[in-house]
Amino acid sequence: MYEILAKENLAPVTKLYQVRAPEVARKAQAGQFVIVRLHQEGERIPLTIADYDREQGTVTLVVQEVGKTTMEMSALKVGDPLASVTGPLGLPSEIKNYGTVLCVGGGVGIAPIYPIARDLKQAGNTVLSIIGARNKDLLFWEDKMRTVSDELIVCTDDGSYARKALVTVPLKELLESGRSIDQIWAIGPAIMMKFCALTTQPFGAPTVVSLNSIMVDGTGMCGACRVEVGGQTRFVCVDGPEFDAHQVDWDQLLARQRLYPEQEKLAVEKWQHQHRCDA
Amino acid sequence: MSEPIKPVSQTERMKIPRQAMPTQEPQVRAHNFAEVALGYPEETALLEAARCLQCRRPKCVEGCPVAVNIPDFILRLREGDLPGSVRSLKGDNNLPAICGRVCPQESQCEAVCVMGKKQEPIAIGRLERYVADWDLAHPSPPPQVAPSTGKKVAVIGCGPAGLTCAGDLARYGHQVTIFESLHAPGGVLIYGIPEFRLPKQIVHAEVGYVRSLGVEIRLNAVIGKTLTLNELLNEEGYDAIFLGTGAGLPMFMHIPGENYNGVLSANEFLTRVNLMKAYLFPDWDTPVKVGRKVAVVGAGNVAMDASRCALRLGAEEVHIVYRRSHEEVPARAEEVHHAEEEGIIFDFLTNPVEIFGNEKGWVRGMRCIRMKLGEPDASGRRRPLPMEGTEFDMDVDMVIMALGTRPNPLVFTDSGGLERTRHGTVVANEETGRTTKERVWAGGDIVTGAATVISAMGAGKHAAADMDRFLRGEKVLAAEEEAITAAG
Repeated sequence: MYEILAKENLAPVTKLYQVRAPEVARKAQAGQFVIVRLHQEGERIPLTIADYDREQGTVTLVVQEVGKTTMEMSALKVGDPLASVTGPLGLPSEIKNYGTVLCVGGGVGIAPIYPIARDLKQAGNTVLSIIGARNKDLLFWEDKMRTVSDELIVCTDDGSYARKALVTVPLKELLESGRSIDQIWAIGPAIMMKFCALTTQPFGAPTVVSLNSIMVDGTGMCGACRVEVGGQTRFVCVDGPEFDAHQVDWDQLLARQRLYPEQEKLAVEKWQHQHRCDA
Repeated sequence: MSEPIKPVSQTERMKIPRQAMPTQEPQVRAHNFAEVALGYPEETALLEAARCLQCRRPKCVEGCPVAVNIPDFILRLREGDLPGSVRSLKGDNNLPAICGRVCPQESQCEAVCVMGKKQEPIAIGRLERYVADWDLAHPSPPPQVAPSTGKKVAVIGCGPAGLTCAGDLARYGHQVTIFESLHAPGGVLIYGIPEFRLPKQIVHAEVGYVRSLGVEIRLNAVIGKTLTLNELLNEEGYDAIFLGTGAGLPMFMHIPGENYNGVLSANEFLTRVNLMKAYLFPDWDTPVKVGRKVAVVGAGNVAMDASRCALRLGAEEVHIVYRRSHEEVPARAEEVHHAEEEGIIFDFLTNPVEIFGNEKGWVRGMRCIRMKLGEPDASGRRRPLPMEGTEFDMDVDMVIMALGTRPNPLVFTDSGGLERTRHGTVVANEETGRTTKERVWAGGDIVTGAATVISAMGAGKHAAADMDRFLRGEKVLAAEEEAITAAG
């Protein structure tokens, strides 16, 4: 069970895994996530579902190496099993015909934005998309995003590919152009989502973000992922992960993502040391 | 096995004092996760067993939520027939090594023990643990189960209620699958109760026993997400369902500052420590951070567990902050006693009103107000009332909220017809566990709200008996018949 069936390098530190998880695939919808554990001693980490294949019984996860567990995961090979893949968790994206929608994916956030854009397109929307990354190497799925978008803007922070800009720049231009945009999704690092929210707010453009909090169980049991939205404490795992971007307390979210910096550093150092010894 | 204790007169029995439980020294155990209570040695167990008066009409059995035949297992123990004692005990209780450790005996069997009227009651829980531990050390083949009925039952949740219900249903001959949302079986026994109070090896062994009865356990299956109740009934071919998902949702106080880093639910703290083994970090991957000065808000068993874990993880000072007084403390007496011995500080009649943070978003203090007790409230306990102008600040850098829990509503997705109370608990018949939805039973904390392991087991047991009658197509439920008669 939970065998890695395919693995692909999307960027130097970003990998795609296609994992056997038929029960998850059967129910998975855009916007949901799974909790993954690598082995007996492993932690439980939330990963957004980037795609799924109900017939093959697989889910696709796109994972950036940011800590010990994600680094360890990237050392796994095709055929290796994961200890557990639990889900699908969280509420799905609200897919319907809004008219014209804008999907913004930043960095590893391009992966979760893809199934949302695809489903929005299928629901009859005109889909405008913006994808961006720090540089050319970190950009992926331009082709996939193009197939589900009526228009696609690509940018890199350093200009090493396509337009040199942060995603908020074309986002603002589109809003200023006076085009009617009925709904916006923005997914990426918390800081990017925060600035997307600040960009769209003056235009009163409804914007949804997908929050990436620290979690343990992912089913509402622990409250590690809690964050204030519209002045109320919400659990990202069961009330989200998607929320109204203009209601999120971004500073609280950003602070709560830095709960275990020393422990994360220690775990990475230990892993790198062991990994070198193994190699 | 030494010589069984020779029969003694009732007067002689009365003279034997209640035998103390050997424990790790408080100063030592406050820094390790090994079990606090070490268990009776053989001679002590036999001496304690010799105290039992073998009442003709034993009150203790009535005091036990699963009606363990207490005098019988004690008699066999003191006669030197440990296998017989085990058979007797496990005939009534699928998880005796757990109950012997975590039951609040002082308010159940031991509370009504006849010996307790004149002397201290028989240490029933300690004897139960002794017999159950002997069994784990001398495993016997699992008992025969009834011939297969061909009926399929889904049990949702692998905690005390679910394990008990599943074990009994399997013995009755039904094919049972437990669906568990976490990656390990045991529910609160695994994620909630710490190693030093209930070693996980004991839980694994008891779960192994339930498996040996033929029960299948499917982990990582979140009912309401991975599968729903209606899917189990209508597509997956289950004839009946038992809901035993407990009360897993943490409560917060809704006071300012509650989302600062360093404020955790007891559920999160205990899950990190117990299920994820954060006390073994970095050998295990999940971290936990413990403050220098920790406040645990609440005084139930969960609060005791959280405070004692914080101490073991290196906190210099741990306070239990409780809005009522010592008398109303809901935790098991032994846990309070152990916590006090270990140096936990109890701040009674104290309630937090605000939590302060530093510039990095971490807890740096907590404002509290002194309370006094007023008239009794709905729970029968005197209502705590704030005393104006008594606010004071506590210097703490970690706050753990142990305020109780509610049922997790996830399981109710696609469960049409299942009635719930306004507290979010499931409406179920007290005796049979039947819910308002056909073919669905429920028991444990999901029905009662947060309660005890043993009451959940009792509910699982009663439900299993009623489910068995239903699955065999027997006429059931006096109450239901009455209702039908009345309606007809």
